[in-house]
Parts: sequence; structure tokens; C-alpha cells
Amino acid sequence: MPVNMKQLINLVDKEDWPFTQGHRLCPGCNAPMVAKWATMTAKALGYEPVVGAATGCLEVSTTIYPFTAWNIPYIHNAFENVAATISGAEAAYRSLKNRGRLKTDKPIKFIAFGGDGGTYDIGLQSLSGAIERGHDFLYILYDNEGYMNTGNQRSGSTPPGADATTEPIGKVKTGKVMFKKNIVEIIGAHENVYAATASTSDPFDFMAKVEKGLKHEGPAFIAVLAPCVRFWRIPESDGPAITKLAVETKYWPLYEIDRGVYKITRKPRNFKPIEEYIRSIGRFRKALQHPEYMEMIEEMQKYVDTRWERLLKFEEATKDMYLR
Amino acid sequence: MPTKLAITGAAAVAHAMRQINPDVVAAYPITPQTPIVEYFAQFVADGAVDTVMVPVESEHSAMSAVVGSAAAGARTMTATAANGLALMFEIVYIAASMRLPIVMPIVNRALSGPINIHGDHSDAYAVRDAGWIQLFAENSQEAYDMTIIATKLAEREEVLTPAMINLDGFITSHGVEGVEILDDEAVKNFVGLWEPKYPLLDIDNPITHGPLDLFDYYFEHHRQQQEGLKNAYKALPEVFAEYEKISGRKYDFLDLYRMDDAEYVMVVLNSAASTAKYVVDELREKGIKAGLVKPWVFTPFPKKEILSALDGRKAVVVLDRAMSFGKEAPLYSLIKSALYEAKEKPMIGSYVYGLGGRDVTPSMLHIPFEEAIKGELDPNDERYLGLKE
Ligand SMILES: Cc1ncc(C[n+]2csc(CCOP(=O)(O)OP(=O)(O)O)c2C)c(N)n1
Ligand code: SF4
Repeated sequence: MPVNMKQLINLVDKEDWPFTQGHRLCPGCNAPMVAKWATMTAKALGYEPVVGAATGCLEVSTTIYPFTAWNIPYIHNAFENVAATISGAEAAYRSLKNRGRLKTDKPIKFIAFGGDGGTYDIGLQSLSGAIERGHDFLYILYDNEGYMNTGNQRSGSTPPGADATTEPIGKVKTGKVMFKKNIVEIIGAHENVYAATASTSDPFDFMAKVEKGLKHEGPAFIAVLAPCVRFWRIPESDGPAITKLAVETKYWPLYEIDRGVYKITRKPRNFKPIEEYIRSIGRFRKALQHPEYMEMIEEMQKYVDTRWERLLKFEEATKDMYLR
Repeated sequence: MPTKLAITGAAAVAHAMRQINPDVVAAYPITPQTPIVEYFAQFVADGAVDTVMVPVESEHSAMSAVVGSAAAGARTMTATAANGLALMFEIVYIAASMRLPIVMPIVNRALSGPINIHGDHSDAYAVRDAGWIQLFAENSQEAYDMTIIATKLAEREEVLTPAMINLDGFITSHGVEGVEILDDEAVKNFVGLWEPKYPLLDIDNPITHGPLDLFDYYFEHHRQQQEGLKNAYKALPEVFAEYEKISGRKYDFLDLYRMDDAEYVMVVLNSAASTAKYVVDELREKGIKAGLVKPWVFTPFPKKEILSALDGRKAVVVLDRAMSFGKEAPLYSLIKSALYEAKEKPMIGSYVYGLGGRDVTPSMLHIPFEEAIKGELDPNDERYLGLKE
């Protein structure tokens, strides 16, 4: 039974917020939604979440000593190592439990949060290692497609044409030309893992995946498209509307790879052209002034169409064929 | 009854770890540390311990995982050397700032580049300001003993500081010696159980570990770390005394060898001290009042003890198994600074030796003594032993 509204309301009634107000993330930032929904889901399901976070906006804005927005155990270590840090905590949990030295018998679940920089780039090795070793944890990537905490630098997740300070758009260059790294496929290829995408436009799809991830014995990973309102140059209220458009334009398909088995979890009835998504986001404005960028949009359209077709075929071809 | 085994230094350390039976050990191989984690993994595989092993994909993750584990409330260890320590570097500081009593044997090896797998102390010196306790071991027996001592010391509430045990690559880690191993029970009782006050896994009292610490508190937290090391300095004699009770082996800040009336003193860390002791004996037979000071404790630096050991001697030669490029050699500069307060300043000289595992012979160690006796020391001249020039 997936987590339902009633369970969440019970939690809200108790005012037992695992992740509270009072943090200093920008108004409208989508990262805290991700953190709140995930930890609430864990709580609603009767788990005790223990959280780790990588350096990034979510971390620096929620734990400014002596304050904290976390009402649950929380650990931050460094930028690139949240997966390794959580794997150590999870190993400690197993050991202490095994030795009868744990103070609680409530079911603890480990959740790691990382931004795209800490996940696609500098933290990929530690994440890959932790997944390969099969630690029981859920890694949640809040993907805002750039290094936002340090001021809008490009990451392996930044899409072509998005304004980024380390790959800016200038007189002779149109900024970043590389496509996003396909992180879900990279993680899915570890095979022993539940990997999924989610978006802030669809909290219940996300929460259902959080539940699956928590129940999966072993590593789980969810990539959530979570706009940074500041550097995406969008109105504070628009994050979820924009991620909805990302889903409807096939830019960010909602699907999962459960130990090799693909499943698309949202199949929009009518697709929109990717250009509509790009035009709705301020950080593409400069690129859109370059005539060459229109070719790039065409390429992106082709790419997302092809990827969608492939996903449909993968879904068909991998049905019930669990790899592990 | 303690038993005597003919084993390598790596095996000796692994036996100490087996007897401590930590909750979690993270492991990543690097020559010459590898046999420690291999022996330990075998103990796990054989059920000799019930430690949870985390065979990570890099040293960076090893240090990250032990931070997670120790913060969770588990007694946690790992081991490394040279480039492994360098890769951990960032998290080595974080572990200390989080006041996690992690214990980590370091099998000293030259830090690349160029790449070299043999021993010197460039790795240990590179992290000297990271906030860890740093103990040094001359041989396998000391490496075994120090591993147990470090565990007890690091976990004391007023200390709560991670600790490294340094032993020389190959010379100690791979050389076979007789090592006295205490009874398992004796070690178990000595180290006791670690009961952290604020473990991450105390879900009823949630704590935020590793928060952002800005200019309004960062300074104070560093001040507290300094207090932890000061407390380690105070606690060390007690822990050494307790250890003496179960082992009969006496440790101190400094190993003083034939120092009572010594006029010419050599200061050197780790395995080269064995050769130096032999050289001191040879000189004594010739009627020369030679002596040796070997620090067992490097951080917290026992400045007072160094001063009282060296004040008033005729000459002090300091041997460093590492360079500090563009500056005076690391141990030398600390000894020199300690001697600033001496009433009767000895002549001093700096000698760099044994880099990248270069052999250290008795005839080589005679040179600094000879130059000291002839009055040829120059405090501003860094000299090299065994260098092909
Ligand atoms: C080793 C290291 N390199 C660089 C940094 C600087 N740094 C801190 S956060 C950050 C970017 C974080 O980006 P991301 O992971 O995407 O999270 P976001 O800020 O977007 O939430 C960088 C580059 C660091 N803290 N550590
Ligand atoms: S800069 Fe962007 S990601 Fe960071 S808190 Fe603000 S909106 Fe969120």
C-alpha cells in the first residue's frame, strides 16, 4: 500500500516535522520540498529516518550553527562523500544492532541527499562504491542542473544553452554544448539498485518511489528535478509548474529501473515540444538569442524523442526480467 | 598469559585490532599498509571478530565512511599510508573537527611524487596540523601497544580526538620480530566499551552533525579542538601507566636512551632509533657521552619534555625522514623552537636521511655525532645522510 494522504495528515497533525521551517533556502527553492516530502514519507511509513547531506544549498542553508532545520538525526561530512558517509553510518547500524548495543529497536532508514554537482560529478565515485557494496540506503538527488551554492556554475547535469558562470555564453561561444549526463542509467547499470526519476510537479509519484526505495533491501536512488528559482531565472512560485512542463516535453521522463526492469510511471497523453520548456526558463534566454541555438533545440528534440521511444521499448523488453 | 609471536608489524597491528574488535573497519589497500587490512579481513572471514568491514572503493571513502560510522556511535578504525592519507586529507581534518575518536595506523611511506612505495615520514608530517593525536612506533611491539593505547586515549571524554599510530613502511610493517601479544581479555578490559554522548543513531535525541560553522563559532570550535589535544597531553601519562599495569611495558612522551649524562644527543623518530641506539652504544664504548631521544608522541608535541631533555646538552642533532621544501625540516624546526626557551642552548644541526626508503646504516648515523663532537654543527645548514652528490 503506497503512502496515502491520511498518513501524511496524521503526521502534520502531530506537528512532527522531520524537516522544519526556518531554514534559509531561497523562497521558492525546490530543494526543501524534496527533503520534506522524502523524510515525511519515511516517518509516515513508521521508519526513523537518519539523514546525510552533501555540501550544497540544502546543507549550508539548513544547518547554520547553532541552528538546524532537522528534527531527525543528520550528518554532513563534505561535498563529494555523502554516500560513503551514509554507508559508514549504515555499517555502524548493522554492527551495533548485531552486538545488541543499539538504544532503539525502531526501524532506522538511511537517506542521503545530494545536489547534482555532488552526485553527477565529484561524488559519483563514492556513490557508485556505496551502491556496489549494497548498503541499505536511499540516495535522493535534488537536480537543479548546476552548482547553485557556489553561484551557478555548470555541472554534468547542466543542459546545453543554460547560462552557467564557468561555461558562459559569449560573443563566440554559446555556453555549454554537451547534453546532461544520464545519471539514472549510470546508477541503474549497477543492477543491484532501485533507480528512479521524479519531479517536484508530482509529489505522489515521488513519494511512491521513496516508499519503494525505502522498502528495497539495498541501495536505492531517486533523481528529482528540482529547480533553483534563483539561477533558473524563474518566478518563485513556478518551480513545480516548470517541472511539469519538463515531464510533458519528455525532457524529464518519470520512470524507474528496478534491478534492471524499466517502468515508465507517467505517460503524458499529449506531449509538448521541448522548445516550450526552454522558452519558459530565464537561464536559456541568452542562448535563445544565438541563431545556432535553434539547431541545438532541434537536436534536443530528436534526443528526447528517441530516448522516450527507447524507454518504451526497454519497458516492454525488460518486463519481469530482474537482474539481481 | 601473554604470548610471544614471531610476526610482522602489520600482523601485530592487526592482532591489536582483532583484540579491540572494533564495531566497524573500513579498508582500502595501499602498499605497505595492505597486510594490516588483509590480516584483519581474514579475522573477520574466520569469525575471530564480529566487526562489520566496509571494503570501500578509495581512501577518500574510507575516511568518509569511518566518519559516518564513528558519528553513528561505533568504535571505528581504518589504516592507510602516504597517498592514501593524502587522498583522505580533506576528511582527516573533518574527522578531528567532529571530535570522533577514530584510530588509524599509518604505515609511513614516501608521499608521491615521484612515486615511491618505501618509507619516510612525509605522509605523517603532511597531516601534522589536522588535529589528530600522532603516536610513533619504533618496532612491531610498539606498534601493537600504541594501537591499543590510542584507542583508550582517543575515546576519553575530555580528549575525543582521533589518533594515528605511525610505523615505518616495510622496515616495521613487513619485518618479522618477536611481539608479545596480551591476552584477549586483558585488551578487551583495557579498552572497555565506548559510549558516545551524542551518537547519530540516538533517534530519540536527534543531533545535527557537521553543520555549517561560520565566523561566529568556528574559532571557538577550533579552540575546543586545541583543548582536546591539551587534555590528551594530560591524559597520556595516565593511559601509559594503566597500560604498563597490563603489559609491563613503560611508555612516555619520549623514549630516552642513555640520556642521564649525555652530552651529544640525537633526536629521531621510529625505526631509525634502533640503529641510533646501536650507534650510541658504540660511542659510549669509546667513552663518548652520546644519547638518544625518540619521541613516542609527536602530537600533542611534548615541548616541555623535549626542552628538559635537551637543555644544557653540548649538542643536539635532529634527524628528519622528510623534507619541508623551502623551509627547515619538520621535526628539526619544532625541536629548534622548543630550544628557544632553553637556559643553556646546545649547538644544533639538521640532518635529512632515509627518504623514499633509503637504507639507514650505523656508519651513516655516526656522521652527525662526529660533526657534533668536532663542533661543526651549523643551525642553518640542512645536511643529508646517504645522499649521492
Ligand atoms: C572538494 C570541494 N570542492 C568544491 C567545493 C565548493 N562547493 C561547495 S558546494 C558546491 C556546489 C554544489 O552544487 P550541487 O551539488 O549541485 O548542489 P547545489 O548547490 O546546487 O544545491 C561547490 C562547488 C567544496 N565544498 N568541496
Ligand atoms: S540558490 Fe537556488 S538551489 Fe540554492 S537555495 Fe536558492 S533557489 Fe535553492
